[in-house]
Amino acid sequence: MAQVNMTVNGKPVSGEIEGRTLLSDFLREGLGLTGTHVGCDTSQCGACVVHVDGAAIKSCTMFAAEAAGADVTTIEGMANADGSLGVVQQAFQDHHGLQCGFCTPGMVMSAAALLKDTPRPTEAEIRDYLEGNLCRCTGYHNIVKAIMAASGQDVSAVAAE
Amino acid sequence: MPKDHGIGASPKRREDLRFLTGVGRYTDDINLRGQAHVHFLRSDVAHGRLTSVDTTAAAAMPGVVRIFTGADFEGVGGLPCGWQVTDRHGAPMQEPPHPVLAQGKVRHVGDPIAAVVAETREQARDAAEAIEVEIEELPAVVDMKAAVQDGAPKVHDDLTSNLCYDWGFVEDNREAVDKAIREAAHVTTLELVNNRLVANPMEPRVAVGDYAPGTDESTLYTTSQNPHVIRLLMGAFVLGIPEHKLRVVAPDVGGGFGSKIFHYAEEAFCTFAAKQLRRPVKWTSTRSEAFLTDAHGRDHVTRIELALDADNNFTALRTETYANMGAYLSTFAPSVPTWLHGTLMAGNYKTPLIYVNVKAVFTNTVAVDAYRGAGRPEATYQLERVIDKAARELGVDPIALRRQNFVTEFPYATPVAVEYDTGDYNATMDKLSQIADLAGFEARLADSKARGKLRGLGVNCYIEACGIAPSHLVGQLGARAGLYESATVRVNATGGVVVMTGSHSHGQGHETTFPQVIAEMIGIDEDQVEIVHGDTANTPMGMGTYGSRSLAVGGSAMVRAAEKVINKAKKIAAHLLEASEADIELKDGAFSVAGTDKSVAWGDVTLAAYVPHNYPLEEIEPGLEETAFYDPNNFTFPAGAYACEVELDPETGKVTIERFAAADDFGNVVNPMIVSGQVHGGLAQGIGQALLEGAVYDENGQLLSASYMDYAMPRADDVPFYQVDHSCQTPCTHNPLGVKGCGEAGAIGSPPAVVNAVVDALQRAGHDITHIDMPLSPSRVWAAMQG
Repeated sequence: MAQVNMTVNGKPVSGEIEGRTLLSDFLREGLGLTGTHVGCDTSQCGACVVHVDGAAIKSCTMFAAEAAGADVTTIEGMANADGSLGVVQQAFQDHHGLQCGFCTPGMVMSAAALLKDTPRPTEAEIRDYLEGNLCRCTGYHNIVKAIMAASGQDVSAVAAE
Repeated sequence: MPKDHGIGASPKRREDLRFLTGVGRYTDDINLRGQAHVHFLRSDVAHGRLTSVDTTAAAAMPGVVRIFTGADFEGVGGLPCGWQVTDRHGAPMQEPPHPVLAQGKVRHVGDPIAAVVAETREQARDAAEAIEVEIEELPAVVDMKAAVQDGAPKVHDDLTSNLCYDWGFVEDNREAVDKAIREAAHVTTLELVNNRLVANPMEPRVAVGDYAPGTDESTLYTTSQNPHVIRLLMGAFVLGIPEHKLRVVAPDVGGGFGSKIFHYAEEAFCTFAAKQLRRPVKWTSTRSEAFLTDAHGRDHVTRIELALDADNNFTALRTETYANMGAYLSTFAPSVPTWLHGTLMAGNYKTPLIYVNVKAVFTNTVAVDAYRGAGRPEATYQLERVIDKAARELGVDPIALRRQNFVTEFPYATPVAVEYDTGDYNATMDKLSQIADLAGFEARLADSKARGKLRGLGVNCYIEACGIAPSHLVGQLGARAGLYESATVRVNATGGVVVMTGSHSHGQGHETTFPQVIAEMIGIDEDQVEIVHGDTANTPMGMGTYGSRSLAVGGSAMVRAAEKVINKAKKIAAHLLEASEADIELKDGAFSVAGTDKSVAWGDVTLAAYVPHNYPLEEIEPGLEETAFYDPNNFTFPAGAYACEVELDPETGKVTIERFAAADDFGNVVNPMIVSGQVHGGLAQGIGQALLEGAVYDENGQLLSASYMDYAMPRADDVPFYQVDHSCQTPCTHNPLGVKGCGEAGAIGSPPAVVNAVVDALQRAGHDITHIDMPLSPSRVWAAMQG
């Protein structure tokens, strides 16, 4: 066991880890931040996406030890300071971009990372970027729509609710 | 002007707030003090005799609490099957035992051999690797038709063969159907495969068992669509725990799609082990385990024949299906290829004679059970494919051929034992034509051609039976359960309402939609209504959520309970207003006396119910809480018409979904936003089945597609924006809300649309291709194009 220190959602944290402890397990089990989900074991589903030093990464594919000293943001850190939903979160609610909610944390984290680099992505750019995030409920329609809306685009022409 | 609250409005979902901020509470988020972790050692061969399981070395590994094997479960019940099918000769199906941990034999890759309980998950996994297992490997049976040949290796030694049942429906029609097909002007025949799928809810299954020695009570936290069903099956048939000593909790559940209906061995194990060890025991499935243990779906091989007269009227339909049961009978597996499939073979059409034969077969594969649609997609796919093929053979427009044969008068009794109450199939086809812009197809075709691409249009209809189901009927058909639903409506003293429902929400949004109904009935704000579900300790016995039944059956129970509450509240109001009960009206959250300005607010009446100072105590009891159990008297029959346009790259065989439109009739709609979302999700799963997904076994019974690297899940760039519409509404005639159910439609109606479109594209380009089996991967399409 070894000690690891990092910043998570703006707060310094530390914990005892094994060398094989994944960042996702450290967040969930070590810190009790269970908003980060684990939906697969081959780094495909993207439910575990968090930001490490500003970059979207799959936390099931990174050892906790590798994040030593890093600045980590999880879904629990995405709301505004007053507790209201952030722009991407609010767009997901407004446009029914989630159903069971299990993939949602990873979707929100990926979407936020996309919008940071590409403030007004096209539909095709969004669909392409979400290649690493699986959702089984929504058929992606309202997720793509929500991300377009979060980027300030008019989505009223996109079919249906 | 759209409504902003109540029935027909689309309020934002209240459950989203916790899911979007990471504070949902899924089963894997539950960690109990002192819990141990279990890892299951699973068979890596498909079929074999267990000759030795030596746990000596493993038991000495760090952190190991105890290792269980099949021997520990010899006095314990097996996992029960909830549906008995009677075969066409009157015999009950063959029903093999299904032990919690393998005893004597392993029958599929993934069959659990031993369970290691340790202090940590990693220690359990490490120790499992030290268990020494000797298996005498036996030949595996994987192919269904080979499995029922004489001399095939038997999955279960004690059964007479691998044939679970040979079902005929309607058996009395068989000879008449044969005759009609012999004498038909035209017969179209199609052989097809309905590919094996894996449900893949994004949340893998989890079970946490707990035991309280002080009260002898067991608790299971589990990823279930129906906690009461699990409590009954596990308590009564596996572990021998009465309901009052067993609590099952299914908190936030990350999708189900059918695969979380069933009672699984891991649930029984964790509950059993927690009691044995006097400490909580937790299991979290990996995705790899999910592929090897969650019940799979579909997996039918079918030959269908459609007979038509000289005027192109359908005269008879005959279908023969081999249905894979896998190695064991999952909870509702026998019902899927039979009653959920055969009864839908009439589709939207007035075919007078239908005969359905289904041979269910055991193989050395994971059990197969209900997956979104369950039997109805299999029926729809073969029917809508054979109609399309018939239209092409006859040189008639496939839409016109369908319209000509539509059922147009309701109620309509099909020759396969169900009665459609309402519908308007021409209306949904008209709507589809509009939203899919069928008139613009030729221009889009020309554009595709100009870019060197093939383009095709596929249109089809579907009907499904939802609102499952009338208990008296399913009891006759072999269900070992009632299929009612329950609700308790508890009104608090200050007027707020709590609805405790046996339905379970795992993505459907019940916490938002159910309050819309209550708010509409009483005239209070939706935020005054709270929905409680998922815990047997605080909900009445209910059957859970599947088969698009929550609103049609669970919602109906809630309405009935709310009506009882309102009726009682009217008595209280009449007393307070010194008026006759018959004159009391409830509107906008106030009771008034008809024709007067006298009224009393909802909250004053509810307060009086709990502070009964001025109260008719001689007539009614204090309090305001009622329970209703609702048992439907028929299925509901959502129906619709779907259109898919594909573009096909002739160089690679890659198919792209360019447009997809769905016109559905769900009867009345409570929340259009959520209904559209349900259709979107179903469409993606149906498109996934048609183009991408397939669970593939090799001849040794190894699952080749056992991870997301091998099993192609639909991704955002595999699907387009969909055009969906549910404005065609013929309300259900027999439930109080007039609703039909919307959860499965998309997955049922979309696979034939995709395949019809691809065949259309290929035929327009001059290829003599009448069918390609799903999934229509580039390699399959390309190979077909090479002849």
